[in-house]
Amino acid sequence: MTWVFDHLGLLGDLTVTHVYLSVLPVVIGLIIAIPLGWAASRWRPARAILLTVSGLLYTIPSLALIVILPALISTKTLDPVNVIITLTVYTIALLVRSIADALSSVPPTIVAAATAIGYRPLKRFVGVEFPLAIPVVVAGLRVAMVSNISLVSVGALIGIAGYGQLFTNGFQLQFVTEIVTGIVATLVLALIADLVLQLIGRLVTPWTRVGR
Amino acid sequence: MNLLTSWLFDPANWSGSTGVPARLVEHLWYTALALVIAVVIGFPLGAMVGHTKRGGFVLVGAANVLRALPTVGVLTLVVLLAGIGLIPPIAALTLLAIPPIMAGAYAGIGAVEPVVVDAARGVGMTEREILFQVEIPNAMPLIFGGVRSAALQVVATATIAAYVGLGGFGRYVFDGLALHDYPQMAGGAILVAVLAVLVELVLTGVQRLVVSPGLRPVRTSGGIQR
Amino acid sequence: MKRTVAGLVTVLVAALGLTACGGGGGGDPLAGGNSGSQSPSDTITVGSANFPESQLLAEIYAAALTKAGVKVSKKLNIGSRETYIPALKDGSIDLIPEYSGVLLQYFDKSATATSAEDVYTALGKALPSGLSVLDKSAAEDKDAIVVTKETADKYNAKSLSDLAPHCGDLILGSAPEFQKRPDGVPGLQKTYNCTFKDFKSLDADGPLTVAALTQGTIQAADMFTTDSTIEKNGWVVLEDPKFNFAAQNVLPLINTSKASDTVKKTLNAIATKLDTKTLTELNTKLGAPDKPDASKIATDWLASAGL
Repeated sequence: MTWVFDHLGLLGDLTVTHVYLSVLPVVIGLIIAIPLGWAASRWRPARAILLTVSGLLYTIPSLALIVILPALISTKTLDPVNVIITLTVYTIALLVRSIADALSSVPPTIVAAATAIGYRPLKRFVGVEFPLAIPVVVAGLRVAMVSNISLVSVGALIGIAGYGQLFTNGFQLQFVTEIVTGIVATLVLALIADLVLQLIGRLVTPWTRVGR
Repeated sequence: MNLLTSWLFDPANWSGSTGVPARLVEHLWYTALALVIAVVIGFPLGAMVGHTKRGGFVLVGAANVLRALPTVGVLTLVVLLAGIGLIPPIAALTLLAIPPIMAGAYAGIGAVEPVVVDAARGVGMTEREILFQVEIPNAMPLIFGGVRSAALQVVATATIAAYVGLGGFGRYVFDGLALHDYPQMAGGAILVAVLAVLVELVLTGVQRLVVSPGLRPVRTSGGIQR
Repeated sequence: MKRTVAGLVTVLVAALGLTACGGGGGGDPLAGGNSGSQSPSDTITVGSANFPESQLLAEIYAAALTKAGVKVSKKLNIGSRETYIPALKDGSIDLIPEYSGVLLQYFDKSATATSAEDVYTALGKALPSGLSVLDKSAAEDKDAIVVTKETADKYNAKSLSDLAPHCGDLILGSAPEFQKRPDGVPGLQKTYNCTFKDFKSLDADGPLTVAALTQGTIQAADMFTTDSTIEKNGWVVLEDPKFNFAAQNVLPLINTSKASDTVKKTLNAIATKLDTKTLTELNTKLGAPDKPDASKIATDWLASAGL
């Protein structure tokens, strides 16, 4: 425990980096996955292609993707951007399916009603279909968030900061306290992020609680 | 493209104790071992909670905590506590596989229509018979879904065994990383991805065999009427 | 009710938008993160390899430079030389502690120099433009093949020449890069005609290598001569009469454009104080049960050395 209190500064720095590296991909991933999920929910061929590709992307080991990216898109080898892109890819792969499923499950009668009262397609998507899909999207976001938080640590294997450094460093020095600190910190961060997402999910969908 | 495939298509990398076939056997061995242990631990827990409808909150919470566990952290910790060998990677992979298997069993069995369970009880089946002859067969699609997603994650993550000196396709990724040998690293990554797809195909086939035809996805239009 | 929802959605969207812009550094998410992009010209980014001694040396450099008024950022525990040299070339890092002999072989696979002076001279010529080394220290940390006392006794081996006829019975363990390094598996084969039964990829004299040699998974290991675990376990460092491993003086490898006079003066002052005995002692401190921070050991040593 003393070690933890002596290193609060270090833990603070690592927390900032860890949060940044795990939250940013979720945000970017969501923004990209919404149009893709929408396309997948509308056109059968798009759905087949997008879901197959995202399934495939998910099978690439994260470490491999992080280290191969610089060769593919000529980023710098130690740039955290490689971690961000990798996690964004996983987030998209995960969210496209849940957004597509969520949009497909909006009852056709509701869509028809909205069209009938004069909603144009884009406005109807923003005002009717997407809001109704939010609970499922939030569920997908929660999974993506938690898995990103635990995956950022992989970056430490090539020297990118985050709680993962506590694992590689603790391992080399055979120092159990440091590794346990890293595991606990990851779990706490995942828990907090999950609660925040649940809260946001509740705040943006007040209608789901009406009459209960 | 050459950067990605030059190593993979070099026949020299396909034989011997460090060749692709040998590494494939290692990779499948770690995967199978971790999956079997995870099923043995996770399935009864999920089935129990799904059947009794008690402790669902605790189970879902436990599954979420396990999901958030950083695999690299678990791996390095177990190495320091238990030494090198098979135990650390298998422990880390098992912990990774338990949540989907447990959640699949719980969700599947919990979602079996109460009418069906009541009917079974009504015709005099014991709780044990209800679980094994009614609930589990009816829950097979979700149970299998859990196993498949666990298998996919374990196949992709079994690469970390190489971080602590073992084999498997991860050997190519870590050796390639240390040598800054992109083709080797890319070869390893591609092999893992291909293996994951094959495992998925095989499990989908197995699922067709073990899941009752009455439970195929067409059930929304037929099957059990509400 | 409806207004609240609309308001919240607006706030959320705005927040997402802001985060995306803020994080992307000017709207382009590929433009780089907060710490990975090329450091500003007045900051030196110190890197290190993925073993404790390298991190300690990097901490020493970083602390001394900070004290001399240079802006420093750290990027430690990167990986093997094969990983961090490209990082040095592309500007991800500017300075890293190095070992003269292996560094020479990295840039010149056919290098033959073995003495400290020859290696240093050859290294100066072999470095690509844009990179330079500063003064070498007397501290040497060589790779060496280490075996257990039992193995050494069994084959009556004191040196690699003695062991050579029996290599085929033994499994060698080291970091993956040792398979391809000129002084690694290929070098041992060429210099001593010693071909091991098998090679096991572990780590650069880290916990895996130590555990594997203790447990007998491997019978010979490539380790660093300043590692205190060798002595602690009573293991035998095999002599290297044919100089497979060249002299390995600790020295700073730096991006030439960052080597200002202040930087040179500071790092060269460290080189004059650092010898093998000091380095071994510092390593022992690093491995002590209370796990002191490398940065603390670094500043303590700098103070005691009057730097």
